[in-house]
Amino acid sequence: MTRVYVPRDSGAKSMGADAVAARIAAEARRLGASVELVRNGSRGLYWLEPMVEVETPAGRMAYGPIATDDVASLFAAKFLVGGSHAKALGLTEEIDYLKRQERLTCARVGVIDPVSLDAYETYGGYRGLRRALELDGAGIVEIVTQSGLRGRGGAAFPTGIKWKTVLGATGTQKYIVCNADEGDSGTFSDRMIMEGDPFVLIEGMTIAGIAVGATKGYIYLRSEYPDAFVVLNEAIAVAVGRGYLGANVLGSGKAFDLDVRLGAGAYICGEETALLESLEGKRGIVRYKPPLPAISGLFGKPTVINNVISLASVPIILDRGADFYKNYGMGRSRGTLPIQLAGNLKHGGLVEKAFGVTLRELLYDYGGGSITGRPIRAVQVGGPLGAYLPESQFDTPLDYEAFIALNAMVGHGGIVAFDDTVDMAKMARYAMEFCAIESCGKCTPCRIGSTRGVEVVDRIVADEDRMANIALLRDLCDTMLGGSLCALGGMAPYPVLSALNHFPEDFGLPAVSLAAAGAP
Amino acid sequence: MSLATEIDYGTPASRSTTTVTLTIDGVPVTVPAGTSVMRAAAEAGLMVPKLCATDNLEAFGSCRLCLVEIDGRKGYPASCTTPVEANMSVRTQTPKLAQLRRGVMELYISDHPLDCLTCSANGDCELQDTAGQVGLREVRYGYEGANHLVAEKDTSNPYFTFDASKCIVCSRCVRACEEVQGTFALTIDGRGFDSKVSPGQMESFMESECVSCGACVQACPTATLMDRSVIEHGTPDRSVITTCAYCGVGCSFEAELKGTQVVRMTPDKNGRANHGHSCVKGRFAWGYTTHPDRITKPMIRKHITDPWREVSWEEAIGYAASEFQRIQAKYGRGSVGAISSSRCTNEEVWLMQKLVRAAFGNNNIDTCARVCHSPTGFGLKATLGESAGTQDFDSVLLTDVVFVIGANPTDGHPVFASQMKRRLRDGAKLIIADPRTIDLVRTPHVEADYHLKLRPGTNVALINSLAHVIVTEGLVNESFVRERCEPESFNQWRAFVAKPEHSPEALEPVTGVPAAEIRAAARLYATGGNGAIYYGLGVTEHSQGSTMVIGIANLAMATGNIGREGVGVNPLRGQNNVQGSCDMGSFPHEYPGYRHVLDGPTRALFEGAWHVTLEAEPGLRIPNMFDAALEGSFKGLYLEGEDIAQSDPDTQHVTSALEAMECIVVQDLFLCETAKFAHVFLPGSSFLEKNGTFTNAERRISRVRKATPPVGGKEDWEVTAMLSNALGYPMTYTHPSEIMDEIARLTPTFTGVSYERLDELGSIQWPCNAAAPDGTPVMHVEEFVRGKGRFMITEYVPTDEKVNRKYPLILTTGRILSQYNVGAQTRRTANVDWHDEDRLEIHPHDAEERGVKEGDWVGVVSRAGETTLRARITDRVQPGVVYTTFHHPESGANVITTDNSDWATNCPEYKVTAVQVMPVFGNSEWQERHHAFTAQQLALLEQRERPVRQTAGK
Repeated sequence: MTRVYVPRDSGAKSMGADAVAARIAAEARRLGASVELVRNGSRGLYWLEPMVEVETPAGRMAYGPIATDDVASLFAAKFLVGGSHAKALGLTEEIDYLKRQERLTCARVGVIDPVSLDAYETYGGYRGLRRALELDGAGIVEIVTQSGLRGRGGAAFPTGIKWKTVLGATGTQKYIVCNADEGDSGTFSDRMIMEGDPFVLIEGMTIAGIAVGATKGYIYLRSEYPDAFVVLNEAIAVAVGRGYLGANVLGSGKAFDLDVRLGAGAYICGEETALLESLEGKRGIVRYKPPLPAISGLFGKPTVINNVISLASVPIILDRGADFYKNYGMGRSRGTLPIQLAGNLKHGGLVEKAFGVTLRELLYDYGGGSITGRPIRAVQVGGPLGAYLPESQFDTPLDYEAFIALNAMVGHGGIVAFDDTVDMAKMARYAMEFCAIESCGKCTPCRIGSTRGVEVVDRIVADEDRMANIALLRDLCDTMLGGSLCALGGMAPYPVLSALNHFPEDFGLPAVSLAAAGAP
Repeated sequence: MSLATEIDYGTPASRSTTTVTLTIDGVPVTVPAGTSVMRAAAEAGLMVPKLCATDNLEAFGSCRLCLVEIDGRKGYPASCTTPVEANMSVRTQTPKLAQLRRGVMELYISDHPLDCLTCSANGDCELQDTAGQVGLREVRYGYEGANHLVAEKDTSNPYFTFDASKCIVCSRCVRACEEVQGTFALTIDGRGFDSKVSPGQMESFMESECVSCGACVQACPTATLMDRSVIEHGTPDRSVITTCAYCGVGCSFEAELKGTQVVRMTPDKNGRANHGHSCVKGRFAWGYTTHPDRITKPMIRKHITDPWREVSWEEAIGYAASEFQRIQAKYGRGSVGAISSSRCTNEEVWLMQKLVRAAFGNNNIDTCARVCHSPTGFGLKATLGESAGTQDFDSVLLTDVVFVIGANPTDGHPVFASQMKRRLRDGAKLIIADPRTIDLVRTPHVEADYHLKLRPGTNVALINSLAHVIVTEGLVNESFVRERCEPESFNQWRAFVAKPEHSPEALEPVTGVPAAEIRAAARLYATGGNGAIYYGLGVTEHSQGSTMVIGIANLAMATGNIGREGVGVNPLRGQNNVQGSCDMGSFPHEYPGYRHVLDGPTRALFEGAWHVTLEAEPGLRIPNMFDAALEGSFKGLYLEGEDIAQSDPDTQHVTSALEAMECIVVQDLFLCETAKFAHVFLPGSSFLEKNGTFTNAERRISRVRKATPPVGGKEDWEVTAMLSNALGYPMTYTHPSEIMDEIARLTPTFTGVSYERLDELGSIQWPCNAAAPDGTPVMHVEEFVRGKGRFMITEYVPTDEKVNRKYPLILTTGRILSQYNVGAQTRRTANVDWHDEDRLEIHPHDAEERGVKEGDWVGVVSRAGETTLRARITDRVQPGVVYTTFHHPESGANVITTDNSDWATNCPEYKVTAVQVMPVFGNSEWQERHHAFTAQQLALLEQRERPVRQTAGK
């Protein structure tokens, strides 16, 4: 019996993985070959998807990208024993893109059958929870604090401190909420975890619950992730069946239940307070803070609300210790970040690296440069509200503080690359348009400002009273930055201003004059 | 009085008792912890610009105008959502803040019509004011961009319009509907720039769940939600603070006027019964005061078949006096009497009873409270020692278990219901005992924990079974009972209710309420923390109304739920001055302050003060008056503001009595049903046209202030005084304040009350005397008014009004939100848009059995009479029970009700009438007669003789 892996990850499926899997099964039947087909997550080498792996005594051998028409030739090339083939990639672990990563959080993604609890445990799963159960809440929180883990959703708030607040809050009911409303452009690491290794998220949430005394968790999942919904629910059912979730987690006497709730297609519900409103069954609009969700969150109760990656990073921290994790990274950015390469890049995919890797390394050493072969002119980091960085800033290391210094942000680690054909005025307009479409409408700067922003950029591009409108755009950005209730309106100016400051020529201005005029 | 301008502190006051000191713009400010920076600044006189914040709503943080700078904090926190912290240093005015505020305002105005000069809110617009405040000078975005200027106007509501083009999406209306009113009719639809206020799911206001309370209109900072009256007349230039003339909540209002034209009735933020809230009646339904049906000239006639004759006040009063004197000479001193109304002011009622006692020389004075809350007076006096509710309304905010019995607060007492719902949303538990599924059973974010859906007429069985559980399950608050109550009466009561025949299981077949529910509800009330009972006419208007009131008091005492905030026994009074009309001695057996006429010293007190000899024997109650009239011994009646021909039970009995009398004097705004039987009509003055006081359900005495001149030329108290003078007993008051001074002199619970003190304190809850100079929010705190609380045995005696084969259904009655009692006022307003006829609610099963379909005309027949109504098929009523409202005279609801009444007080048993219901074609015989009689009387009014005018010819 030979084990063959074909990903069930939706990225791979969109490239035809299901058909390839079906064809492999049919071909094996036809040939009488003894094949165990495992539907794993994706390794995150998307340009190679569907990537088929075969377990051989030498290790897992990869082939990709595989089309259904390749299947017969794979069998003919004896791929079941690692035979050579035009699409053979060699040992998976030796693929350079993968080999040079530091996969801590995503260690099992693409490796195991996502809903196999046995596989999860074989690869080190649930060791973190077992360790956690030996500690008291404060002990767990201390390890998470020591690890230096910061919120991976974008705000980079120290996870341990958040947990400590919830631990110290009084309340008969507390909640753990996972923000799985991954809506930033060019991001997919949450989805890959949920589709490829859901138990690590379940384990992370369980540890969080044990740590702060919360007995109920919710995963707020964007409705655009139907595959993740299926996988998570399968995994939760398995965990409940095996006593990892429920009234008595691993016989510890501690309870933790978990539910998955679907969003309704609003980007703003990725903002934590709007998410809580939505989770409560209300219209997803932003709440003001304070009170912090840690004090008064879901249904007014103390609530840990963390991003998928933050929670999924907790098991390995508990398992291997704070120092192990903390030893990765630079400055105040500790550990690793699953970076997502997207846009105009040859090798789009998931790159989990310790903080400190530079943009240039990511774009060229991993991304392989632009797919069009043209120079990369700008990258947007951290989703639609992140700043555009010009080539001159490509040597910036991925580090929260280094990016803040540039009025940019690491955010959720999504990197979208553009070649030199990009019109940055269009991108500025798009930033405002995105804000206008996704604004919840509660606060005035975002509700009206984003719509006016689109109009003002249009007038600049059309050369209607250009200088006055550029001044107005800057004033508007100031109003939105200083006046908005949440980060949507408060950060939408970053892509706009960075486009204007770094690429003034796209706004009909001389390239130098504006930069010389003192723009940052 | 000039137009009142109130400071809006932006966020509600904190209730914290600890204080925090911070610095705002260099000024040290000390405020309670939990106060917002915005409110702290306002209290220091530093007004931070704002649009979405207003101090009766929780902070929202959406407009972003109130941004401030705080040392040590990054960015520009909104002052409305930022709580103060010790030693915080705040700046509310800096160049950067000015720039941000102008930036925000520039965005607002880029999507707002520029028609300020022709806008209905011109001069009364917070957007306009704030634009001025932040110094907006130009809108660089132009006006060509995306906008809402063509948004459609919703004109569906008769009282206000919704002009979406002027909306700034501050959500104040939505939040007011949720937080203040608790109806949740409004929401924001869409998101981002497309966000818009939506009643229901993009319905019109009238189609939505909106109850037209006006909270949204009140909250709106622009002309988006605007009173039609302001659109029509323009903004007011002066205001007079007065008290609503509808239900017993007694809301305080600012009557806003231009000259003598009322432009708007605005709920008064400082009103301690309503805290700035209102309902559709008080806020909007005041148009009746200028309705063309108002009769503005005194009229007399010899016989009720004669046309009316308009005469001078002197002639009308003289005629009435001479008739009463003639009748008394012929039939005896006891042959005349008077009925006051709970819509009269305290001063008017005082004069009425004084006139009867001093000028008529008898005690034949009664009030309409006879037919609503007389059992409350009796029951609470007997057990607790005072004929009044024990709490103030605010007490409900500290209640843990709300127990509503036979009351329908969201319809009958809407403003208090909103406060109650607020507390329920915050987590208080709710028990409802009502035969019908009232709205409160399940309303947004409120659901009754137990709805004890009992059969009408079985209240006492229900209360006994609740008491049984408390006594037999060890839930009695023994220490309270030991310290505060009579041991002997308690032991007797305990033994009585503990009997097995009072167990919920034994009484389940009687009440129809599952025993388990009774047990659970009793446990909750007894052990759930502060338990407060709120009850209404579903308790009192029964043959055992007084017994039930006693049973409620027993239950409260046994569980220790009395004598502090959050608990108590709270009668919800139907009319604005039920409490006051009872306090003022408008009873045939009691002087003011509930002192029996047989009590020699009290009688001597009044004889001394009034310089007359007073009759010692109690006089006639209302039903006795009717019986005596039919017997021929009672011939003359003076009524003020009371329409017994519509509101009293067994209409045909009432009208026969009226026809049997020789002189009926009606003082009213309209030619009401009773006035059609009258010989003298004296034009009444509406609440806007006179001075006085009303006392609401929480014993709160509030001023009624004259805003416009009386259309008939006289305030009501003046008319009574004139009649007294004409009868030979002098009344020489020059102002109602002098009447209040007399009340204070002669009534121990009122000694500290005067118009000066009322002006000073706003309102006063009696008792107000040397012991409690500022009044008494909660009664019976240290001890009961009677000393020790007295338990009384409450034997359940089934009503005589039994169902049988001929009358198989029980009819019960109630009110609806938009209409008020006999409807004389509300039927003459646009409130008929919500309720233009009374309908008979019937359960689908009973309807099916009778072949009745929705909207069919059905005959309703009782032992007393027959009428027809259209059917509404609904499972709000249980099988075997039908229900109707009684707001329209032609409905004849009281043609069916019987003369059964409470054993102690004669309060009619309106709530239980055995009836049969069958499909019919056409009117009942009574209705035919009523139509004919009404037509005749209206013709006689139309044909009235008017004095020949002196024509100034050439």
